[in-house]
Amino acid sequence: MRVTMDLELKDIPGQLVLALRPISELGGNIVSVTHHREKKTPRGLIPVQIAFEIDEARVDTLVSRLKDDGVVIAQIGRDRLRERAVVILVGHIVHSDIRDTIDQIDGTGYAEVNDLAMAMPGIEQYSSARLIISAIGKKELSNAMELLRNIAHEKGLLLIERVKTEVS
Amino acid sequence: MLKKVRILIVGFGVIGRGVARSISEKREFINGKYGIDFELVGIGEREGSIVCEKGIDPMEACMLKSLNEHPHWKEGAKAIDIIKGVDADIVIEATPTNIDTGEPGMSHMMAAFETKKHVVTSNKGPLTVAYTRLKKAAEENDIKFMFEASVGGAMPVLNMVRGTLQANEILGIEGILNGTCNYILTRMMTEGLPYEHVLSEAQELGIAESDPTYDVEGIDTACKLVILANSIFDMDISYKDVSVTGITNITSEALKLAYDDGYVIKLVGEIQNNNKPAVAPHLVPKDHPLAVGGTLNIISIRTDLAGEITVTGKGAGAVETSSSILSDLISIANEIP
Ligand SMILES: NC(=O)c1ccc[n+]([C@@H]2O[C@H](COP(=O)([O-])OP(=O)(O)OC[C@H]3O[C@@H](n4cnc5c(N)ncnc54)[C@H](OP(=O)(O)O)[C@@H]3O)[C@@H](O)[C@H]2O)c1
Repeated sequence: MRVTMDLELKDIPGQLVLALRPISELGGNIVSVTHHREKKTPRGLIPVQIAFEIDEARVDTLVSRLKDDGVVIAQIGRDRLRERAVVILVGHIVHSDIRDTIDQIDGTGYAEVNDLAMAMPGIEQYSSARLIISAIGKKELSNAMELLRNIAHEKGLLLIERVKTEVS
Repeated sequence: MLKKVRILIVGFGVIGRGVARSISEKREFINGKYGIDFELVGIGEREGSIVCEKGIDPMEACMLKSLNEHPHWKEGAKAIDIIKGVDADIVIEATPTNIDTGEPGMSHMMAAFETKKHVVTSNKGPLTVAYTRLKKAAEENDIKFMFEASVGGAMPVLNMVRGTLQANEILGIEGILNGTCNYILTRMMTEGLPYEHVLSEAQELGIAESDPTYDVEGIDTACKLVILANSIFDMDISYKDVSVTGITNITSEALKLAYDDGYVIKLVGEIQNNNKPAVAPHLVPKDHPLAVGGTLNIISIRTDLAGEITVTGKGAGAVETSSSILSDLISIANEIP
């Protein structure tokens, strides 16, 4: 998962390495570091913002190691459900129990339906829905999509997914 | 010295006539630029044929309401017999697509190969039904077999991959290969109209056929994927190996919901790695290269060296499609001694 941290470091050499080392040692992947030597905090510390990818289970260990090393963590942001996909469903969505469809995705523990917009023009007509699905990582999102494909297939719904190619 | 290349046109409908017209209109250009002179020596139709070894004026044939008004018309003379019997270098096969049997195109092509005539075609039927068999027959007879027009109409794909992209491994293909579906989905979205309404409008405009099944159920796109899979990815698949979902269930509400989140819906055909080729409606971000509207076709080819290459163009139309057919004709003519 993606984690962002606002740290406060002492203005002596070696502090940044001290803060970053445990992240790598715990298998994390640093995405960005911004270091503001010119903006000292009232306590005379230097604010540093870091963003990294790390296994969700290791965040707590990381936090306690940083604290042990004397690094001040001013704020921590965990962007748990980072990967997002939009899909459209067409068919008898309500009759085929949209609640159950959502519960099955949410029930995975690694993915959720974040947003649902529906249009139901008439009783006998097909409804259309737009779902936004979020997951903790790429692999989890692709598993959630596979689950959704199976659900759509079973319920006789048309599932419209995004094209594979990225915009360059 | 002009090299004379004798051609036969089999199937004189929209495409057959379009090719005849372009051959006539581009005659001087092709003479001057390539030193090649295409001479039309025969036209095979369903009810009869025209054969004239001294050459038929292609424009004159185009202008006729019905070919049987032509002085050399022979009622009942079968296309297959003129393919076998007439001395010609290249056969242009442009009869209707039949994806169950491939006929009559299949027999026409085999007859051409057996009598040592090169084949250029826009007809997907035989290519979908028996690609490998045709390819083998052409090779055994040392005959050129080209079919650029069968996939993208005017939009270049096969020759581009074989020529300009020849140093690349092709990793995947994703594209909009049916102009009728693209038109319907584009209109449904911009006008907020239901499927049936836009379909009948498309039929009135001649963009959709009176029986639109082949286009709107994704069958046409699937046939094109079969041709791409076999010719570019060296697969040996047929129509039944493609997973196919058409556009008949797409609602204007679905298009609106997609649009509100930054997407359009397009019928996309794709071949990815070793996955089963698939045709299905997809969400395409509005600013994505594949988000072309109207009747346009587009294809994105993922390669190892060049990265992503995307081409777009008209997927149908008599004159437009003749561009691909003439290009194949010139390539073959250049290799004829
Ligand atoms: N139209 C396009 O823009 C386009 C683009 C790319 C590829 N294509 C493909 O190109 C091919 C031709 O398309 P088209 O639009 O020209 O179709 P078309 O207008 O229906 O023309 C086909 C012609 O072939 C004739 N024909 C039927 N059976 C025959 C036989 N046994 N022997 C000789 N002629 C026969 C038909 O005669 P009758 O009218 O008497 O049946 C008709 O004149 C199709 O395979 C199509 O899928 C078309």
